[in-house]
Amino acid sequence: MLVTSADVQSGTRAGRVVMLWLLIGFAGYFLAPWYILEDGFFSFEWLDGYPFDTDYAPAAFLISQGEKIWLAPLILPLLLPLFVLKRQSSRLFSTLLIVAGASGLFYLFAQGFSIGIRGFNAQWMATLFGDLGDRQFGFGYGAVLLSATFLFYLTTGIASRGYINGDIFVVGAIGFIIAIVAIFIFFPIAQMLSSALRDNDGVYSVSVFISKFSENKIWGLGCLTENRGCGVAWNSLFLAVIVGAATTLLGLVFALVATRSGFRYGNWLRALTVLPIITPPFVIGLAIILLFGLSGSVTQWVAGVLDLQPTRWVYGLPGIMIAQMLSFTPIAFLVLIGVVEGVSPSMEEASQTLRASRWYTFKTVTFPLIRPGLANAFLLGFIESMADFGNPLVLGGNYDVLSTEIFFAIVGAQNDQGRAAVLAIVLLMFTLTAFYAQRRWLGRKSYITKTGKGDGGSHTLMPKRILWPCYTIATVWVVFTVTVYSMIIYGGFVETWGLNHTLTFKHYITTFAVGYNEFGIHFKGAAWDSFFTTLKIAAAAAPLTAMVGLITAYLLVRQQFHGKNWFEFGTMLSFAIPGTVVGVSYILAFNVPPLELTGTGIILIISFVFRNMPVGVRAGIASMSQLDKSLDEASLTLGASTWRTFRKVILPLMRPAILAALVFSFVRAMTAISAVIFLVSAEYNMATSYIIGRVENNDYGIAIAYSTVLIFTMLTAIVLFQLLVGRNQTSRPFAQSRTNVG
Amino acid sequence: MNQSELQTRAASVEFRSVSKRYGTEVTAVDNVSLHIEAGELVTLLGPSGCGKTTTLRMIAGLEMASAGQILIGGRDVTQLPATDRDVSMVFQSYALFPHMTVLENVCYGLQASGKSKKASVERAEYGLDLIGLKGYGSRLPSELSGGQQQRVAVARALVLEPQVLLFDEPLSNLDAKLRRQVRDDIREIQQRLQLTVVYVTHDQEEALAVSDRIIVMKNAMIAQVGTPRELYEQPASEFVADFIGEANIIDAEISDVTDGVATVHVGNFILSLDARGLSAGRAKVAVRPNRIILQSGDEADGRSMPGVIDKATYVGDRIEYKVRTGSGVLFCTSEATDHQWQGDAEVRVRFDDNGPVLLENRA
Repeated sequence: MLVTSADVQSGTRAGRVVMLWLLIGFAGYFLAPWYILEDGFFSFEWLDGYPFDTDYAPAAFLISQGEKIWLAPLILPLLLPLFVLKRQSSRLFSTLLIVAGASGLFYLFAQGFSIGIRGFNAQWMATLFGDLGDRQFGFGYGAVLLSATFLFYLTTGIASRGYINGDIFVVGAIGFIIAIVAIFIFFPIAQMLSSALRDNDGVYSVSVFISKFSENKIWGLGCLTENRGCGVAWNSLFLAVIVGAATTLLGLVFALVATRSGFRYGNWLRALTVLPIITPPFVIGLAIILLFGLSGSVTQWVAGVLDLQPTRWVYGLPGIMIAQMLSFTPIAFLVLIGVVEGVSPSMEEASQTLRASRWYTFKTVTFPLIRPGLANAFLLGFIESMADFGNPLVLGGNYDVLSTEIFFAIVGAQNDQGRAAVLAIVLLMFTLTAFYAQRRWLGRKSYITKTGKGDGGSHTLMPKRILWPCYTIATVWVVFTVTVYSMIIYGGFVETWGLNHTLTFKHYITTFAVGYNEFGIHFKGAAWDSFFTTLKIAAAAAPLTAMVGLITAYLLVRQQFHGKNWFEFGTMLSFAIPGTVVGVSYILAFNVPPLELTGTGIILIISFVFRNMPVGVRAGIASMSQLDKSLDEASLTLGASTWRTFRKVILPLMRPAILAALVFSFVRAMTAISAVIFLVSAEYNMATSYIIGRVENNDYGIAIAYSTVLIFTMLTAIVLFQLLVGRNQTSRPFAQSRTNVG
Repeated sequence: MNQSELQTRAASVEFRSVSKRYGTEVTAVDNVSLHIEAGELVTLLGPSGCGKTTTLRMIAGLEMASAGQILIGGRDVTQLPATDRDVSMVFQSYALFPHMTVLENVCYGLQASGKSKKASVERAEYGLDLIGLKGYGSRLPSELSGGQQQRVAVARALVLEPQVLLFDEPLSNLDAKLRRQVRDDIREIQQRLQLTVVYVTHDQEEALAVSDRIIVMKNAMIAQVGTPRELYEQPASEFVADFIGEANIIDAEISDVTDGVATVHVGNFILSLDARGLSAGRAKVAVRPNRIILQSGDEADGRSMPGVIDKATYVGDRIEYKVRTGSGVLFCTSEATDHQWQGDAEVRVRFDDNGPVLLENRA
């Protein structure tokens, strides 16, 4: 074989990468604490006793003291590449790297899953090897560093085989994304499935699963035949279909008013689309209670005027429906405004020059062109409603839906993880079906007719017979929305809603009082703790979300590789996994070693990263598609590596998208509730779960005051961001918000 | 020698039966073999979709060959990605990095290949000087005109002293007047520095003007290779004759071939033409419009045929005629603009001595 100078060059590059990871792996094995640190890394309590205390010791120190001997073989794959570092162009180099990486990863995880806090996890191992007489806790920094080393050994080895032009960075990035998606999306779901398949003694049993799955409480049709409630699955489905249809219709009305009515302030309507981003999901529910609850203003007023007994009518289907329609209409609007604008004016003008009237044009040209968009908006509304947790929790009454049932199965007196898993599977089935339909059936059928070439002309106005109904509906809905949000602000200043309407700062003082003491400023308010935790966790999650999202987007937009469709499907999948399902599956998967994360702040951060990943990916794809591909190619032909190209050309040009992803994931982390409520702990309590706790105690004043503060915090973040980056660039990334599930 | 002066490291490029397939359906380049000498400017010319850009991108390493071998300077680079090839490219869109100044753009490749900051800047400034943009280093690309951006892109590629310099339709974003200027600049720099340049275009006039040799491509294959003069005056096929300039393709009959000279019957007269490897039988003759001479009068002389003016169009520097003859309607131009035949005028049609040429490919 001809060995050229360029071969040698790419050879040294691989060599440097391997050396880097070898050093990192070395640090993981010899320096970093191997097991998870109970008090967290930054408490630095582990320094007391390090490196000899077995709780804090690195693997090498453990072994030297005769502890955890099963970690000893890991040194072999770690050091194996040293033997071939000088012979990088040989085939042995790549083979050995692949062997070292794969066997290292396999052994690391195999020992982690085999030996847990009670010694061997599986009975047959104890029988085979005898009782271990020892145990181990979850992976710590040492183990994480070493697994990263093995992973990148493997990808570097594969790259050296010539995969993707032998590009170490690209193969490494693909491997990294696959690994984290596997661990934090697929593994928890698999754990959940397996726990649904087990009976209470942990024995696998299909019959138990079938009986749990087909339970009357899930699928019962009592509401049709007798005067009883239907199963939760039907409840959820019924609700989701209604909400999906209603939000689509309202969204279309708004989209038409904004673009086709000649209404001059149509652009102001777009401000509506920011609302669902900054509103914690249950806040609308709270406002509905203030308006229509037993002591709600409207209920009381109507009861007074008509001399009726006020009722709790709003709790249940009507309440959830109204709250969800308020919450999700802006999302449908956001989708449909793009679709309606996407219909090229020249199409409509062509129709009109062919002597069609406005109504005929609308009926035969405009509407057929936006029909796929309508189906898309419906499916999104459907998924949002299915996954919504906050509103049903606050307003559900006796109308049980899947997302809340899952929560009560875990948290309530029953604490039945198996049942929660089964319910989660049912919920997942619905959302995945809708997700699948949206992608496979609609994904390709886009009628967006804009060509990008200066398409002159403006949109035709709507025919009168559509215009006036649209105006009416839109006006009523805007007034309603404004009322609801005013209630939220006003509600925080009222002593006790429905009983005593004197204005007071009491709630704000309870939650956010600040005082001085001998140590300086003293945050006395009850909410400060959770507020700061929330800010901290959200701020930690944001850069990670942006990073993972952008790397994934880069791979999807700029690289070609086998299985790219599956890669895309896997990374977008978490969009269709409702937060409650994430919560349950994380509890089931990350409660025991080797990945023992429950009760830490890390699990919250991770859940945010993967829940918001599709948003980061879409924002990244949208902005990367606008970057001319020849910029990358120019960089490559000028001799820069893909890694250098990514750093020096792509990242700087993506700055607006990165900022958007940062702000967006920050804001979403602050409003999230569905997954969070399963994962919070005493130490890491989040704002939203604190508020839900207040609501459950009927402390509406405090809950609302806190929500208001959250809304304004996020509004500030977004406004600052807009000022920083400018309006045009932000509209696009934020338009991606629709891809998320509450 | 001045340290920062550019040196030529021009190398040859060779394709050995190279193919590029996308999936199983699409073949963008089909079994192409070609050889480009060091220091030569070769144009890849053809209609869109003919595979010329894919060929260029395979030289750059932006596309990987599905089969065959690619050699640059005699070295097999088939498997090397773009980063590791000693080739730079000037893109149709220029692809200047919008977030970097002109100087940073030109320095980019130098620094990527490990040069010190100081050496890079020195070299980059020399490059900017070379293309006449000295003093523009601190501007952003968006502050330059299209022609200036183009030249920065050239400088950015040149300072790396690549073995091969590639141009992908470099003039297509410039207005007509600027095109001629930039075209001449590129040719001038190429000849001064003795660079190996591969140049893609779909504009035949541009190709004729800049190239040492032209490779005409059609349907993923090479249709003909030759100097501009060879291609224009001796097209091998109807496609080449028609694609480069305009041509009348006339059915003919070869009655006899002796010593490489064919006796060809066209309409009612007989021509002696280079046989170009053909034997007796049906054939086709190509004649450029400006190689057809129209005369008045009606006497038959065995060297001309009768025709009737179908249509005459005055286009400024010449007059275009369509003439009905026994061999079909011929398209011809006359630079004698003082005299213009009107429709239905009867003329004699004669071929210029070096006008007609037999097409090698009978199809």
